[in-house]
Amino acid sequence: MARKFLSGNEAFAEGIRLARPQVISAYPITPQTIVVERLSEMVEDNSLKAEFIHVESEHSALSCAMGASAVGARAFTATSSQGLLYMAECLTYASGGRFPIVMMNANRSTALPWNIYGDQRDSISLLDSGWIQAYAENAQESLDLALMSYYIAEHPTVLTPFMVNLDGFVLTHTYEVADVPTALQADEFLPPFKTENKLDLKNPKNLGFSAGPETNTAFKYKEHLGLLNSKPIIKEAEEKFEKIFGRKYTGLTENYKTEDAEYIIITLGSISGLVKETVDWLRENGRKVGMLRLRYLRPFPSEEIASAAGKAKAIAVLEKDISFGNEGTVYTNVNSALYKHGLTIPSSNYIGGLGGRNISEEKIERIFDELEDRETKVTFLEIGGDR
Amino acid sequence: MTEVLWHGRGGQGAFTAARLLGEAYALKDSNSFALAFPSFGPERRGAPIRAFTKLDNKPIGNRSETKKADFSIFLDDTLFSEEAFNELKQGGVIILNSKRPMEDKRVFVIDADSIAEEILKRPITNTVLLGAFSAVYDGISIDDVIFAIKQGMPERLHKRNIEAALAAAKTAEEAFR
Repeated sequence: MARKFLSGNEAFAEGIRLARPQVISAYPITPQTIVVERLSEMVEDNSLKAEFIHVESEHSALSCAMGASAVGARAFTATSSQGLLYMAECLTYASGGRFPIVMMNANRSTALPWNIYGDQRDSISLLDSGWIQAYAENAQESLDLALMSYYIAEHPTVLTPFMVNLDGFVLTHTYEVADVPTALQADEFLPPFKTENKLDLKNPKNLGFSAGPETNTAFKYKEHLGLLNSKPIIKEAEEKFEKIFGRKYTGLTENYKTEDAEYIIITLGSISGLVKETVDWLRENGRKVGMLRLRYLRPFPSEEIASAAGKAKAIAVLEKDISFGNEGTVYTNVNSALYKHGLTIPSSNYIGGLGGRNISEEKIERIFDELEDRETKVTFLEIGGDR
Repeated sequence: MTEVLWHGRGGQGAFTAARLLGEAYALKDSNSFALAFPSFGPERRGAPIRAFTKLDNKPIGNRSETKKADFSIFLDDTLFSEEAFNELKQGGVIILNSKRPMEDKRVFVIDADSIAEEILKRPITNTVLLGAFSAVYDGISIDDVIFAIKQGMPERLHKRNIEAALAAAKTAEEAFR
């Protein structure tokens, strides 16, 4: 292993290099560009033996990755924001076709108004597309998810495409320390991709077919099962990962000082680092607070949320997303999980970081303060401008 | 945590300096951590830019821009004004690339342009100021800076940039200590 100073994009590219995809098809878009640039350099200098296909759009990028997967190749693509929305049609093709493609999405705001900065409205708007969705906190986890994503997606009981989300700029463009494993270690962790779900002259079959009303539900149910089946495989991947690389991950969620916490912020992505620091600081002042980080939004960690937050006096969901006319989508999902488990904890929703707006330590501290009122409300942080 | 704020103009290499400082600090041992990032957004040659380096002995969770820095480093003195002191923590230090001396205990002035022009043959002062910084800040040595230049810059730039950083460290050592 080598300790390096890398941006989130660069760390992710290192992880993909180690995962040895055979086909990479991508179209550049800020703030994803660097991951694609690094991978094309790796293909050019032969440190990654893959076909790099320059496509004319994101729609083609994912279509191309599907074609590769349909002949049994390990495929990778990456995008962001409008690019992800432009390929949305292909997202359900990839999941319904059970092609275990890995995609990195650099989380970025969606137009209009035009904005290149980070929020999570792009990927969260596509939660229902049948992809596994993970959210990285830092460069190291980005690199590690690049490797683990293939292990999970390609497992025969899962066969589901995997979207790894990195917060645009604050994670993709921030440099920090990451351990880069050796190719030998990575190969020990991740076997080559083998699948029955491919075009094969020796074993002819039909892919990409129609299914009418009589059979459609069965296909969709199996797709649903594929995502649910990923839960034990995520655990299996993390156990094997820890054995080889010595880094431990905790499944669909990360509990940070939640055990005796009376007030908990539930959040996701790179803001979690600052929430943890705020928790530490408040605990030094005798406050019983904690953080629950959702590492995955699909499959959704219902049981994990209920067991970690079930004893809290109040919770807040802090997210960089709004489902217009309702509330933050993560909040909706969290409340559903709590209700299903018979928990009626006051929960409030904080919409922050839209279009890259900074979320400060003071704001997080204020959320913890407001939680003590045990209200149920939806609040936009720092609206600014004319209201 | 030590927070360093870099000021430069697009093309002067302020972000590269921020990144190399993070690299110099974080790669010296396994108990050192750093974050380095520019002010995000579209880039343009000549436009003012800011870059940030945060240094600590534990992982750093706060990815926000620094509001008040321990060190504020100006690659270009046309960007410097009294405003700079408002962005400084109590006891903070400014390192200013300028040919004009300044009578203020909080400001260290170094003529980085002359060192850059002599050694690099071009007015790019990022590694010069990084070398000077290693003489002012105890957290990194000039050897850490040299290691970071070797790790983080293309090979063809190593020799002259190392030479420039060494010259600046020597000048700063004599002038500031």
